[in-house]
Amino acid sequence: MTTTTPPIITPGPVPQRKLTRAEKRAVDAKTKLSSPAASTIAIAIAILWTIPTLGLLVTSFRPELDIRRSGWWSFFSDPAITLENYNEVLYGSSTNISTALVNSLVITIPAVVIPLTLALLAAYAFAWIPFKGRNILFVAVFALQVVPIQVTLIPLLTLYVDTGLSGSFWAVWLSHAMFGLPLAIFLLHNFMKDIPASLIEAARMDGAGHVLIFFRVLLPLLTPAIAAFGVFQFLWVWNDLLVSLTFAGTGNISPLTVRIADLSGTRGTAWYLLSAGAFISMIVPLIVFLGLQRFFVRGLLSGGVKG
Amino acid sequence: MDWFLDAGTVGHKLALMVLAIVLFAAVMAVILFAVDRPKRIPQWVVVLGFLGPPLLLLAVGLVYPGIATFFGSFQSGNGSRFIGLDNYVTIFSEANFRLVLRNTVLWVLVAPVVATLIGLVYAVLVDRTRFENLAKALVFLPMAISMVGASIIWRFVYEFRPDQPGIAQIGLLNQLLVLVGGSPQQFLLTQPWNTFFLIVVMIWINAGFAMTILSAAIKAIPDDIIEAARLDGVAGLAMFRYVTVPSIRPALVVVLTTISIGALKTFDIVRTMTGGQFGTSIIANEFYTQAFRQQNQGLGAALAVLLFVLVTPIIVYNVRQLRLSEEVR
Repeated sequence: MTTTTPPIITPGPVPQRKLTRAEKRAVDAKTKLSSPAASTIAIAIAILWTIPTLGLLVTSFRPELDIRRSGWWSFFSDPAITLENYNEVLYGSSTNISTALVNSLVITIPAVVIPLTLALLAAYAFAWIPFKGRNILFVAVFALQVVPIQVTLIPLLTLYVDTGLSGSFWAVWLSHAMFGLPLAIFLLHNFMKDIPASLIEAARMDGAGHVLIFFRVLLPLLTPAIAAFGVFQFLWVWNDLLVSLTFAGTGNISPLTVRIADLSGTRGTAWYLLSAGAFISMIVPLIVFLGLQRFFVRGLLSGGVKG
Repeated sequence: MDWFLDAGTVGHKLALMVLAIVLFAAVMAVILFAVDRPKRIPQWVVVLGFLGPPLLLLAVGLVYPGIATFFGSFQSGNGSRFIGLDNYVTIFSEANFRLVLRNTVLWVLVAPVVATLIGLVYAVLVDRTRFENLAKALVFLPMAISMVGASIIWRFVYEFRPDQPGIAQIGLLNQLLVLVGGSPQQFLLTQPWNTFFLIVVMIWINAGFAMTILSAAIKAIPDDIIEAARLDGVAGLAMFRYVTVPSIRPALVVVLTTISIGALKTFDIVRTMTGGQFGTSIIANEFYTQAFRQQNQGLGAALAVLLFVLVTPIIVYNVRQLRLSEEVR
């Protein structure tokens, strides 16, 4: 698959040549957006996509009374800033979102590490250990991607209740690991099989076993793929509502999404709490996303879309 | 045992997390160490060491529950007796469930088409302009946040205040409505339009996804095709219609199908914005309500199976097109 990296203009001395692709397109681009209609549409979309978030962000810093009396746009004519909303939603006795922030972290880290590790091993076996029935088994794992998680929830909950795991972190970790595996194995296998066989053969000649090959030869080459799936799974788990709502409930171990959805249901007009709470839940994924964006895009382009 | 299950304090939770990871790493290390004796251990043991744990999880977490749900869908509310197809009959005959089905169809049709259209237009418009990266980031960012967060953002846009003197609108949409001389509306309560106002959130989230995939596809169109078309005098909209769109057809199909799969399974938006009330419920949300709120697990199972049946053909088609678009490149 191609990446989104735009062609780079090399400044090297290449006399008497035609324009490079990039230069030609750069010339085209100038003619393209000169149309006022086109720029207007582009700017309109950009504004539509930004304003709703901006409105809530501004609101989260306005005093409670102001929020109820006037729209967030009046902030610009009459600015008053407070951090009280954040303080209240984080530590206030009725909301206490700070515990949910800890829960989100505690849920997410193992829920990324465990399926990632298991999928790496499975993808290695599917790519580099020949055995009977390998292809059929791989197709079966791949096909499991069609199973919507809704289909699994009722029996899984019964299983967790029977084993006493219900309402504990273990139930949430296990569930996220299970649901992440088919996509993880598929994505990592795609990357893994692209590694030249000669590398593996050479290591085998030197007497390296599977574990040594896996750690010494493959792992360093797979860093981008691991990052790609890591970002996916991180965002998916951190932003998940359904799995946590079902297995963790709204109690002591519920993550941010559950707590904020709950707040939205019970105190739907308390915008000073909702706005600050929503932004607390968005900060971590935004940082991860912006920091690792290119891996995320790469994962998207190689078919990594979790249903 | 309680220590493992009931984590109350922050320190306890963090300790439990570290323990879970260490425990997992230790188990995996033991398995790998035991298996890694080349030539001394039969091949199938090696394979079992690598594949056993993930396959076990998949069997317990996806295969068994899938089968159990299938059989559960033929049983009564609490799973006590076999009632044949009654749950399915209920879904297709009762008025409130038919509303759920109609809404689901709306979601699956409207969200992908509009999101893809916006993503495509935007990708073409900002392609290779000076602000391309910034412009893309703005539309892309909603993908990073949770659907719960997005729902809060949009509920605030739709916020309604009664139309009385002295009371100002604080929701952007109603303020705009008032500015142009209209009266404020309860966007999330008025049927059937409220469903469309929920779909807007889905479009807002997914346009960035469409833009990313389509932008990559556009950049991959060979230059000679564009060059040839230009020599033939094709430009502007005609270029878009007759050269760009046909060249990225496989990517378009992948984007459309992927978003419809997402729309079909949307739970968070409906749950957070309306809780499925006021005639806005869709299958994925109704499943949760029936299975875990109404304690009608038979009906919940039937809804889940229906979801599975609807999603499968789209995914199969999606995967085929994905393969195709890979071959084209």
